[in-house]
Amino acid sequence: MRKFIIKRLIISVFILILVSFLVYVLMRCLPTSYLEQVARQKSMTPGSKSFEEWMEQLSATYGMDKGIFAGFIAWCGKALRGDFGDSWKWTVPVIQKFKESVWISFVMGGIAFLLEILIAIPLGIIAATKQYSKTDYTITVVALACFSLPTFFFASLMKLVFSVKLGWFDLGGLIGRNYEQLSAAARVGDKAMHLVLPIITLVVINIGYLMRYTRTNMLEVLNADYIRTARAKGVSEHKVIYYHAFRNTLIPLVTMLGGSLPGLFAGALITETLYSIPGIGYTSYQSMVAGDIPFSMFYLVFLAILTLLGNLISDILYAVVDPRVRIE
Amino acid sequence: MSSDNQEKNEQQYSLNDDRRVRTLSPGALVIRRFLRNRVAVTGLVILVFMFIFSFIGGMITPYKEDQLFYRYEYQNKQYAGAKENTELRYVEASEGSFPKVAQAKFVIARKTKKPKFDVKKSTYFVEPEGEEFYAIYEQKKGAKELVAFATYDIVSSAHSDQEASFELQFETSRALAAGEKSFTLDGKEYTVDEGGIVSLDGEPAAYASRYLVQPIMKDVELSQGFREQLLQAIGEDADEFVYADENGEESTYTLTYDAGTSSYKIMQAVATKKFDTYSAPSRAHWLGTDRNGMDMLTRLMYGGRVSLYIGFIVVIIETLLGVALGGLSGFAGGWVDQVIMRTVDVFYCIPSLPIIIILGAAMDAMRVDPQIRMLYLMLILGFLGWPGVARLVRGQILSLREQEFMTAAEATGIRASRRIFRHLIPNVIPQLIVTMTMSLGSTILTEATLSFLGLGVKFPFASWGNIINDVNDTFVLTNYWFIWIPAGVCLLLTVLAFNLVGDGLRDAFDPKMKR
Repeated sequence: MRKFIIKRLIISVFILILVSFLVYVLMRCLPTSYLEQVARQKSMTPGSKSFEEWMEQLSATYGMDKGIFAGFIAWCGKALRGDFGDSWKWTVPVIQKFKESVWISFVMGGIAFLLEILIAIPLGIIAATKQYSKTDYTITVVALACFSLPTFFFASLMKLVFSVKLGWFDLGGLIGRNYEQLSAAARVGDKAMHLVLPIITLVVINIGYLMRYTRTNMLEVLNADYIRTARAKGVSEHKVIYYHAFRNTLIPLVTMLGGSLPGLFAGALITETLYSIPGIGYTSYQSMVAGDIPFSMFYLVFLAILTLLGNLISDILYAVVDPRVRIE
Repeated sequence: MSSDNQEKNEQQYSLNDDRRVRTLSPGALVIRRFLRNRVAVTGLVILVFMFIFSFIGGMITPYKEDQLFYRYEYQNKQYAGAKENTELRYVEASEGSFPKVAQAKFVIARKTKKPKFDVKKSTYFVEPEGEEFYAIYEQKKGAKELVAFATYDIVSSAHSDQEASFELQFETSRALAAGEKSFTLDGKEYTVDEGGIVSLDGEPAAYASRYLVQPIMKDVELSQGFREQLLQAIGEDADEFVYADENGEESTYTLTYDAGTSSYKIMQAVATKKFDTYSAPSRAHWLGTDRNGMDMLTRLMYGGRVSLYIGFIVVIIETLLGVALGGLSGFAGGWVDQVIMRTVDVFYCIPSLPIIIILGAAMDAMRVDPQIRMLYLMLILGFLGWPGVARLVRGQILSLREQEFMTAAEATGIRASRRIFRHLIPNVIPQLIVTMTMSLGSTILTEATLSFLGLGVKFPFASWGNIINDVNDTFVLTNYWFIWIPAGVCLLLTVLAFNLVGDGLRDAFDPKMKR
């Protein structure tokens, strides 16, 4: 097991280096006029340095004055020490901005994740046990509809209904207008209110996939021989489903869910942007659109790390959860 | 044995077509299984509808994708002013017959109530008719000649193409001052009513009024007809009147009386040509018009075309790449497989959405032409999408390779390329079709998301995503449902239909399915 993990870790590190390199090359290949534009824009702001100085600094920060390889190695060296440079857009160190914004994304994603599990898994199991019934069709179509919903369209509908027509929630943002005057407890409540719509959106958008995944796996288990055996020996249907079948369905589920845990830190780029929630997703979106290369570079590498971590976790879980699996 | 019975027996054992057990080809079986799935068929119907809507609808619609529409908006602009005349006006019989100096002298003579005054060598006689009318004569070689008259009223001809003659003006003013109802001129009988309308044989010949009409804008010249209409309106105490100018363009004019300056303000309702933005659904525009004044329904049709085009091209690109590389990887094995699979791992790890956003923003900064941009978008999406297909194809090939029929194919000694294309690929195709259908849906969704963020398809091209983009304006979100809801519904239905069909195909292709 340890050998396996170490091997996977080594492969992951190689992949990560390659991905970082590709992303770096991409950033370097963006036309220089783009960098110049950023520098010009920066130099326009009052009290800022001149265009040439900005250009020089940007080139130096990026190793733009060096070749691609040398620049990449310089970037890696700094990144290993946890220094990702200063964000152009936010004018603070990248890591600082990241720390400010990641938690709200995590809270939002975490709550949505729990809700998804609580809603999707029971529905998926019901659909599988009543295959080809009306319930099954309804659940399948609803799941596919959630899956096909454009996030931005759904978010706009939610805003129209709940913010504009009913006036229950604000259109966007994390804090209300009178946030400063609120007591500590009311502040938490205010933030919670602002997170309701984004969380609902996240749940609805992501629930479809989990529902279908549960249904497919449950169906597979229900067709297995040991289920037939259980039924044949007269075990009650309830026990067959929730004791024999569900436990086995849990194997792929836990593996998949465990693998998506690191993704909670990635933030929901589109949803956060739509609701102007200042999480890591929205922050990164603004940075990327503004051409903030240090922040974008960090975010992309961060996402790559999360993906690799997710894969690793799900591989390990697979072996841990299912005793039949032996990793050599 | 009767012949009847014999016939029956023959029928029973015959191999006529109608007696044979029907066998279906695998393809027909798949189609049959698919058609039995009601949900999937619904999806197919939606898709067919969307294709007809986007491709045929775009041809039928009377409008073009980027045709702009205008509307006229009426605005009241100050046009003219009418002020009551409080000063004496001099009307000369002929130009220069009553010079300025004489006018000045007349004022003194009027004040002192003298019937005559001298200016240089000429002598003038004044014949007042009440307080408001003075006829002025000049002594000329023994005879007195009418040279001018002074009055408060202004007399203008009823016929816009000619001016009122001096005689007519004179007689009208005199009649008004004297309170007479009629006068005779050139042997014709004119009547004057209280409103100052002079008629000849029942037809209006001239108008007399105490109002001075002047345009507000220096470059506007008020026509005689306008003045008459205006004076008539003032006389009738009307609030507004309609007047058609020389070019036959009708406008409505509104009158407002300002007691402070005892004058009328005349406002003209001017039609300004504007883009017909955000107009509500109507007969001409079934779904209204958008921000730029373009027909929404037409945009929706063309948007569907763009979305479907992009979806198909992207899926074709990623399938070609994926099948080629995945096939190579699965078939060749060894280090080729290793290299390709590690590349797939790397690609899986690349966060595609952020990358596309960054590229989109960069293209924005470079001001890439919208058409070229669309091409780039397709290439990028296709290039980022192939690893999934490659992994699927490789997995399929690896498992198929071990099966008996492949061993048999190998044993017959046919070429490797033939083995791949005749025996291996056809077995991968069902899975591939399902994946392609599903990824059509997700590609359309990705493109729409990008276009919504303003980083995908750009104006002037329509795409369902960039149509909904307008919703970023809260005013549109709140007030103009017809702008964004139809596009969203189209998008949802299309993606859903692709998923339903893909799902149905998956079930139909699976021979192990119960039904």
